[in-house]
Amino acid sequence: MSATALPQISARRRRTDKVMRGLVLAATIVALIPLILIIYYLIHKGLSAWTQSGFFTTDPTGSFFGSPGGIRSAILGSLEIVALATVISIPIGIGVALYLTEYGKEGWFANTVRYFVDVMTGVPSIMFGLFVYIVLVVGRFGGSGFAAWKGAVAISLLMLPIVIRSSEVVLLLVPSSLREAALALGAQRWRVVFRVVLPTAGPGLLTGSLLAIARGMGETAPLLFTVSTAFGLTFSLNQQMNTMPFLIYNDITSPRAALQTIAWGTALTLVVVVLILNLVARFIASRSRMA
Amino acid sequence: MEASATSVTGGRSALERSPAGRLPDRVLKWGLSALAALILILIIYFFIRLVGQSGHVFSTYGISFVFGNDWDVSRSIYHGGALLFGTIVTSIIALIIGVPIAVATAVFITELCPRRLRGSLSIVVDLLAAVPSVVYGLWGVFVLAPRLLPAEKWFASTFSFIPWIGGGIPTLYNYFIAGLILAIMILPIVSAISREVIATVPSENKEAALALGATRWEMIGMAVIPYSRSGIIGGAMLGMGRAIGETIAVVLVIGSAPKIGSHLFAQGYTLAAVIANEFGEATGIHTSALFAAGLVLFVLTLIVNMIARWFITRGSHGTRGTGATGMTIASGPAGEK
Repeated sequence: MSATALPQISARRRRTDKVMRGLVLAATIVALIPLILIIYYLIHKGLSAWTQSGFFTTDPTGSFFGSPGGIRSAILGSLEIVALATVISIPIGIGVALYLTEYGKEGWFANTVRYFVDVMTGVPSIMFGLFVYIVLVVGRFGGSGFAAWKGAVAISLLMLPIVIRSSEVVLLLVPSSLREAALALGAQRWRVVFRVVLPTAGPGLLTGSLLAIARGMGETAPLLFTVSTAFGLTFSLNQQMNTMPFLIYNDITSPRAALQTIAWGTALTLVVVVLILNLVARFIASRSRMA
Repeated sequence: MEASATSVTGGRSALERSPAGRLPDRVLKWGLSALAALILILIIYFFIRLVGQSGHVFSTYGISFVFGNDWDVSRSIYHGGALLFGTIVTSIIALIIGVPIAVATAVFITELCPRRLRGSLSIVVDLLAAVPSVVYGLWGVFVLAPRLLPAEKWFASTFSFIPWIGGGIPTLYNYFIAGLILAIMILPIVSAISREVIATVPSENKEAALALGATRWEMIGMAVIPYSRSGIIGGAMLGMGRAIGETIAVVLVIGSAPKIGSHLFAQGYTLAAVIANEFGEATGIHTSALFAAGLVLFVLTLIVNMIARWFITRGSHGTRGTGATGMTIASGPAGEK
């Protein structure tokens, strides 16, 4: 008795299979084209700006006819604002995530908070700018209208839900046996949190935070009505400040070719910074068991 | 000797901590609860202030602010219908172009591509989300819009018989360009969520289909897509939420004309774009109208996101919503909303 051969798959079905798989592959390639094009144009047009003398070491002049200057104040301004936003949002974000995983768990209050964090994730970033405008800018809170620290507050509001969601995921991955072991040895809850839970989740928390920072770095809309802009270099967080996204936004609308070149150079700088943050975050995530 | 006999002053057991020793625990618990409450208060406070700020316009125009079609700053008339129209049209264009490509990418990465390519390919697709939206705007203004204009002209005249799509004379900045850029921007989030949902399809289902003699594609059609349909719809809705709120990339390529465009390649405006463009110079009722536009935008994104979440929770087959999807929802998506 020989084994009966399975009936052949008909030519039509095989053809459909081939065609559809080909289409799916084609769509994947199409999805990658924009990224390749954007990177190509950024390098192509941005590098010529980078090679201009003083691009990284002088400030924009703001004069319409003379040399447009460099972008030093924009780079430092972006770093300052994002640094302040990080200092605000990371501790609060991890704190809320700790509340959700260690105390609130599945209670009604924790679930309400989760729901509101989801709501916050969906809020368009320009709305955070409006919010800070209503609350802090209109009343000239702190003695000035537009100020860098107000922009940092708007950016931190936008980073908060990202930090909370990513931290909660990571904290949930900490095995409860670790917590229980520490508690059984007589450790207090706060010690368990600071000595066991946080260190175990460390790399994952760092990954989420870096992604949030990368996100905050590229935001323009929340800065429009909170920081406004300035050309000169300033370290005072109570003044208007130059930032990379805003400089790009301003220069795009300029009819001057020299400023458009500056916009490409700034965009290349911004994307390099953001991509490095992203890749470092992913590298840390892939290195650790968590996240 | 009994254990209960070992007591210290104050009558508590020696095993119990002193009240001072328990203090840090309480501080931490209430401190963290206060932080969590802060989130709730912030959102509610923001909503109340936003309603308060836009009250002036709503008491003047009523509901016609939302649907009326006349936004004229010089005559001080504010009906946001054209803005709402632009917002919805651009995000629908984004969905029509972006979702099929995003889902195909997800299917390819999870089901068809060689295993060792999987990780790097997902990272590359996710990198699209890392590009700041102002950079998309820059690219759209100087590369995409001028390069595509001839193609749009050809398309509009060739397919002039299709109502609203063809027939008009394309302008440099228009609904289509804005929708196309939004499609690129929502691609990573839709793809990431679809990928996660498809990854949860039980291998028994897939193996059963293959064992019955299905080809790879038939297996995807029979076992993978039906199982993950709800989650994919949720991902698409989440992408739509992003598209609705996206500001900077859209404001640069939408053309800033506050009227309902007569065709696909006409200039228009969106709710988010009008706020970004006009808020700086606005005074009085104009400011109030822009806050009202913000309120409409806020409510619209809330509704879309709620629908999205409903689909995703329904599609996750009983697992908790804060699983791996939480990470993607929070950190994956496009540069700016």
